[in-house]
Parts: sequence; structure tokens; C-alpha cells
Amino acid sequence: MKIESPQYQNDPFTGEKNHCIKATINGMTAFVPTDPDNSDYAEILRQVDAGTLTIADAD
Amino acid sequence: MSKAAELAALIGSGQAQGNKNLIINGAMNVAQRGTTSSITSGTGNFGPDRFRFQINDLGTWELSQSTTVPSGQGFSNSLKLNCTTADTSVAAASYLVLQQRIEGQNLQQLKWGTSSAEKLTWSFWIRSTKTGTISIEFQHKNSSSAYYNRGSTFTIDSSNTWEKKTISVPANTAQNIINDNSDGLYVTFWLTAGSNWTGGTFNTSAYVTGGAANTRVSSSIVNHADSTSNEIYLTGVQLEIGDVATAFEHEDIGTTLAKCQRYYFQYGPHPSVATFRHFNPAYANDCYCSAVQSFPVEMRAVPTVAYSAITYQNADNWGTSSGERNQILTYSMSTSATVISGAYIAGNGTDYAYANAEL
Repeated sequence: MKIESPQYQNDPFTGEKNHCIKATINGMTAFVPTDPDNSDYAEILRQVDAGTLTIADAD
Repeated sequence: MSKAAELAALIGSGQAQGNKNLIINGAMNVAQRGTTSSITSGTGNFGPDRFRFQINDLGTWELSQSTTVPSGQGFSNSLKLNCTTADTSVAAASYLVLQQRIEGQNLQQLKWGTSSAEKLTWSFWIRSTKTGTISIEFQHKNSSSAYYNRGSTFTIDSSNTWEKKTISVPANTAQNIINDNSDGLYVTFWLTAGSNWTGGTFNTSAYVTGGAANTRVSSSIVNHADSTSNEIYLTGVQLEIGDVATAFEHEDIGTTLAKCQRYYFQYGPHPSVATFRHFNPAYANDCYCSAVQSFPVEMRAVPTVAYSAITYQNADNWGTSSGERNQILTYSMSTSATVISGAYIAGNGTDYAYANAEL
């Protein structure tokens, strides 16, 4: 899975911080919830742990 | 055993009852993603739903839903793997894997981790250009999130000929299967693999955890990537309790589609109708246009939502609010106070969005 340019997003309606990660996944714009049950989020964390990916802070 | 006694035994074991197949979309009738070409690396669900293809450094492949099926068996579709760029040299880390992952909470009837643990039978129809050994693996996760695996093999006897294979899956009386919505069991075809996976003594005798990676795959397997003539077709995949491969359980398309949509749902591409829309009437600059997008079934987990292209109408900055398993709120920012604003997936036959909660 090719994950590029991940950045945390804040929820504009609830105010929840880092509720998801915006990234390009296999060429598509994706919004990955920070939910441990979500396999894309697990893969992002795996790549972060491996030192091959960094998640930018929310704007 | 008489036919009557055999039937009584099957009813007693539960095998003759409906919903016996633990595999979803075993007849390959649902393929929301369509055909995926030029797969060279990585992991993903690309062709018929629920089947996961993993490749590393073994040519280029196309994954699609095919109408080539074994005759007289009642199937309409198969999964087709087509090698489009060959690789005749299998590097140590190379692999070519096809797999289905099953939720742990759908497997508790197996009673693994107890003395009453049920054995399984895995059956399928396969047609391959290459003859020879294919390695398979059963891997399950217990309630402590430790993975246990053991392998087996089968043989493609004749090139480009449909063959029905039946594999016995031993029970694990020592370790249970996690009872939640995560990955409880993997059933895996190791089509080709390098020495990182084949270099040790192939483990076929027991479920083990923490074993060396090079014991997971048989060293007898062949290289399915060595020619662009190579194709593999698969259908009629069934995993059921017991030690008998019963007739494939054909399922109505609505039931199979709903099962698949628990893991993946796609909006479009539609040739003419826009989808995934949200609009607000004229209100103000920089206000949110938003709408709740409901999923057809509750998904396994809060899904990733992605799009190939968004079409804006007097708006920009598409995003998602906090989601649930059955719905998510999408939004964009209005750029005009005087006209309707919003965003959508265009009905142009190309653009699409998806919600993904695959294992």
C-alpha cells in the first residue's frame, strides 16, 4: 500500500482533534479514521513505527 | 454408509444447513472494484470482493472477474490472475499471495481452543497454466492477539484445466480464535515465494506461533510469474465445518453483496448519475455544505473514505467529519454566498469514491 503525504485533520463540527488522517493512498485522496479497527490506520501506524512515514500536524 | 445415514450425519454436524460457507463471495459473483491492471507491488483487494492479493517483486499482474468457469457446476464467474510482465528470477523476499481474511466473531462455532474444536474442509475449483505444487497456509489469531499458523500443499496436475481441490484444515484444540471484529483466520494461497519463506523446514505438523518465516511455505512451489502466458482462475471457494467437502453453497447475489459491503462499498463510477453528493442553498461564504452519507450495511469498522476525483460547485476543501460504522458526514466549504454550493462524484463513467473497512 502506497501512502503519501499523511496529515492529521480536526473535525470542524465536533472540534475533535486528529479525528482522521488525510493522505493519498494508492493515488486516491483518502480520509482514514484514527480508529484502531481500521486496517488503513493500522498500516499507517506500522509505517510510522518503521520510520518510513511521518504524519504532519493538522492545520 | 448408506445415503440416508450420510445425510443424517451431515445434518447432525451442521454441514447440510444453510450459511455453511465461511468464505464470503466464494463464487466470485461480486466485484465492486472491477478489473485492476498493472499490479506490481503491495497489498490490496483488487478484483472480486474479499479476496486480497499481495505481491512483492514478481512481475506485473492483472486481477479481474472472469466468466471462465468449470462447466456443469453452476458457476458464472471466477477470479482471474493474469501475468502481464514476467519475472523468471524469484528473489529471496519475493512472494505472490492470494488470501481471504475472516472475522474472528464469525468463527466462534469452531470452538478452537477446546477439546471440541472443529476441523474444517476447504474446497475450490482452480485452473492454472503452470502445473506443480501450490503452498497453502491457515493462520489464526487467538484472544491474546498471537498468530498461529500451519501449512499444507496441493498440486495442479494439468495445465489450463479446471480441477477441484479439497484440503483438510486441522482444528487447533490448544488455542482459541479471537472473538471480535478483527482478523480471526487467514486462508492463504502462497502461489510463489522466495527463500525468505521457503528456506526452512516447511511446517505442516502443528499450529505454531513465532516460528521462522522460512518455514511457512513449501520449497516445492513453482514460479507462476515466469511467463506472460501464465493465468490462474479460481472459483467455488468454500470453507466448512467437518471433514467432507459438500456441494458448493450457491447464494443469491443480494446476500453476497451485502456481506461484501460490510467490508467495502463503492460509489460509482456511473456513466451518467452523480453520486456521493452534498449541497447547501445559498447562505454565506466559507460556510459548510454537508450531508450524511449512509452505508448500505453497517461496516466492520469505521471506514476509510476516499475518492478518485471530486467535482466542486462553488465550493472547495472536501473532507469528512467523525464517522460511524453505518454513516459518515462529508463536507466542503462554500465559496459563494449567492448560489447553491456543494460537491459530488461526477457521473462520467470514471470518477468514484469508496468506503473501505477490509481486514
